[in-house]
Amino acid sequence: MLNLPILRWGKPYESMELDEVRHFLTGEPIARVSQANGGLLQRDMRFAPRARQVLREIPIEDLIERVKRAADLYLNGTLAMGDGQQSPQDFVRAQSASTGLPEHMCRANMQKNYFVLTNMDRMLDALTRGLDLHILSRGYGMESRGVVVSYQAQTPAVGLVLPSNSPGVHTLWLPVIPMQIGLVLKPGPQEPWTPYRMAMAFFEAGVPREAISIYPGGGDVGAAVLAACNRSMIFGGTATVERYKGNPRVQAHGPGFSKILLGDDVVDEWEQYLDMMVESVFINSGRGCINCSGIWASRHTREIAQALAERLGPVEALPPDHPQAALAAFTVPGAARSIWQAIEADLREQGVTHVTAPYGPRLVELERCGYLRPVVMHCTSPEVAMAHKEYMFPFVSVVECPQDRMLEAIGPTLVCTAITNDPEFQQALTDATHIDRLNIGPIPTTKLDWMQPHEGNIVEFLFRARAYQIAPERIPASTAR
Amino acid sequence: MTATAPATSPDMAARVKAAREELDRHTYEIVQWHFHPSTGCPFWLEHAKQLKFDPLKEIKGFDDLKKFDLFQDEWLRGGPVRRWVPQAYANKPIYVFETGGTTGTPKSRISIDDFRIDYELFSKTLPDEYFPPGANWLMLGPSGPRRLRLAVEHLCQYRGGICFCIDLDPRWVIKLIKKGWMEHLEAYKQHCIDQALTILDAGHDIRCMFTTPKLLEALALALEKRGQTIRGVGITGIFSGGTEFTPQFTRFAVEELLDGAYMTPTYGNTLMGLACSKPVSAAEGYKITYYAPQPRAVIEVVDFDDPSRVVDYGQTGRVKLTTLTKEFFVPGFLERDEGEREPPYEKYPWDGISGVRPYRALAESTTVGVY
Repeated sequence: MLNLPILRWGKPYESMELDEVRHFLTGEPIARVSQANGGLLQRDMRFAPRARQVLREIPIEDLIERVKRAADLYLNGTLAMGDGQQSPQDFVRAQSASTGLPEHMCRANMQKNYFVLTNMDRMLDALTRGLDLHILSRGYGMESRGVVVSYQAQTPAVGLVLPSNSPGVHTLWLPVIPMQIGLVLKPGPQEPWTPYRMAMAFFEAGVPREAISIYPGGGDVGAAVLAACNRSMIFGGTATVERYKGNPRVQAHGPGFSKILLGDDVVDEWEQYLDMMVESVFINSGRGCINCSGIWASRHTREIAQALAERLGPVEALPPDHPQAALAAFTVPGAARSIWQAIEADLREQGVTHVTAPYGPRLVELERCGYLRPVVMHCTSPEVAMAHKEYMFPFVSVVECPQDRMLEAIGPTLVCTAITNDPEFQQALTDATHIDRLNIGPIPTTKLDWMQPHEGNIVEFLFRARAYQIAPERIPASTAR
Repeated sequence: MTATAPATSPDMAARVKAAREELDRHTYEIVQWHFHPSTGCPFWLEHAKQLKFDPLKEIKGFDDLKKFDLFQDEWLRGGPVRRWVPQAYANKPIYVFETGGTTGTPKSRISIDDFRIDYELFSKTLPDEYFPPGANWLMLGPSGPRRLRLAVEHLCQYRGGICFCIDLDPRWVIKLIKKGWMEHLEAYKQHCIDQALTILDAGHDIRCMFTTPKLLEALALALEKRGQTIRGVGITGIFSGGTEFTPQFTRFAVEELLDGAYMTPTYGNTLMGLACSKPVSAAEGYKITYYAPQPRAVIEVVDFDDPSRVVDYGQTGRVKLTTLTKEFFVPGFLERDEGEREPPYEKYPWDGISGVRPYRALAESTTVGVY
């Protein structure tokens, strides 16, 4: 069994409090993880400025190259993991064993992280809209169009309160180190693997150890991260998002309520888009905030729901190492059952039909975990509660709604795929402020273009554009690029 | 207390036996006191009428207390509070201390001198080297309806000092947490710490302190920002308490916060008095073992499903508390904590408890570590 220490700016610290990470099927312990206390983290934050300082001593281009080397180490290397070593295959097995994700999905997530790391230069170029990266490093500089601009870092280190159940979210923090900002990571209790492996890959690729801290622990540690870091990201449910709404120090990531809208001009050809709809609902076991949880159309909704149910209803829960396993397990005891009970409660409302019901029971309970097989609901109007639900498994409501009411009725939507050629509808979608990512055309909600910002531009979150006036003769020659 | 304590030496066995005999004797006296019409309190005299046994005749020792059903904490919520005052003390000045009460009616406990007696006994356990007689104290923690402020102030006065007090209202803290007002929580903590820094800066020669783990941490961090330390501002001895006193927190405090100041953890509440800890050391992995102030109070570690059964040494169980003073009688009260049963030790030749933490079945609904 592996012992994973706390990392205090790169230095291992073994706590007297340990949390055991167990295999979700066998109950076998896989790792003992040192647990931090909030005060320990707060005390370490004295050295957060040093994290930025050591990173600023390395030019951003150089850091990007190191991050690219780290990508290869992360994907292919055998890296230190606490008091042991971990090959990529060990990593996949461990991540699957503790999170319940099928192994092939863990491998796919590794590829996603690898892609982001290896394309870091292009991503930063896209996210900064071509800004000379020295300006981030120096805090100011001259743009090619001859204008002095300033981007001021708002924190020397960014805090991340990470989830247990969705390894895909790690892509969000990967650009932080190349922007010369330190990392304070609080891993999810069941997913310590990615933060540790990524940190080890970074260190081996030459990123200074003083730039990264990892503090596994309980709620007090999460609270300490948010209190101690001037910029943090937290992942949670709707309540978490509501709690931090409007707080400029915290970027809260929660449910996506991502949707596909079929315009009146194309809805009669809905069958053409069925594969795209299935992929949006089903890929990655429906766990992500970018998975589609609502398909809205003014007509044919019963046929659409029926066709989705025929594709998704028969899917069975398979062992995590099965190459065809498509469903992730709920590893927290009782979680699958309580979700199913919530769904059953909403089903009592008039206007809701459970279209996957004929394909057998959805709740599958094993000794130490539970599964929920895909669920397709039909809702006769947007007013029913089921039309606005999202769960962390393949779950979708097909909602009947006139096109002219859709935008007012859909509610907050992280990813909206709108299939329409109607220019007025397209413009209204473009102007809708409650839609975050907008796809026009049959693009799966789960297909992200990494060159575009996701849930807020991380550059804008970490740096503030501000006025910086400097007399022309005082502009150092090196900034006049 | 049915399982036999492991006797590590004949001398130890004799101490354990003597302590047990003293407990049986004390139990008998206390039950006689509380159930006799001339001395007992209205609650127990009335309660006795429903019992199928006569406490005056059938309670001869500690084990006989099992004849009582478990004490219901609801009995302590609401009045009239006078029903808990023993007849013999009817004309004495009475304090009432409360516990709980963030929402709903708090539990009330009457007191006359118990808090003084408990803290005088505790005083004898404090090393003079770190808690110098005559030293002034800072009490940085909950006061209000709690016993703590008066008790700490008495402890300080009993040792010849003068106590400065800064209040923290835990009921407000719990509300802030439940509302998710974390910035207010931080500001309130800072408000307490600012007051503490002001007092420590004011030339009062404060050498000793009571505080809670969270405030100790916050104070040490605030001092560190000013380039100072707890020991550096003159504090030599700290006593503290709470279930968040884990070995890890203690190690962190010793290694990184205290700068050589001595700290002793305690476990207690309004109902019990104060359980002292065996000296905590790095050599023993900062393990914290508490011993109740027997015979005035007894802690048993009992089976989760059968609270009449004490678990074996080293095994985990729920804390069952019995309070046996002339002011207050509480037989078999199940606390909201659990831990491991520990064997007697030289200074305290009766059972102890280590690893105290919130009882697992209630842990999710319990807000801990708030102050």
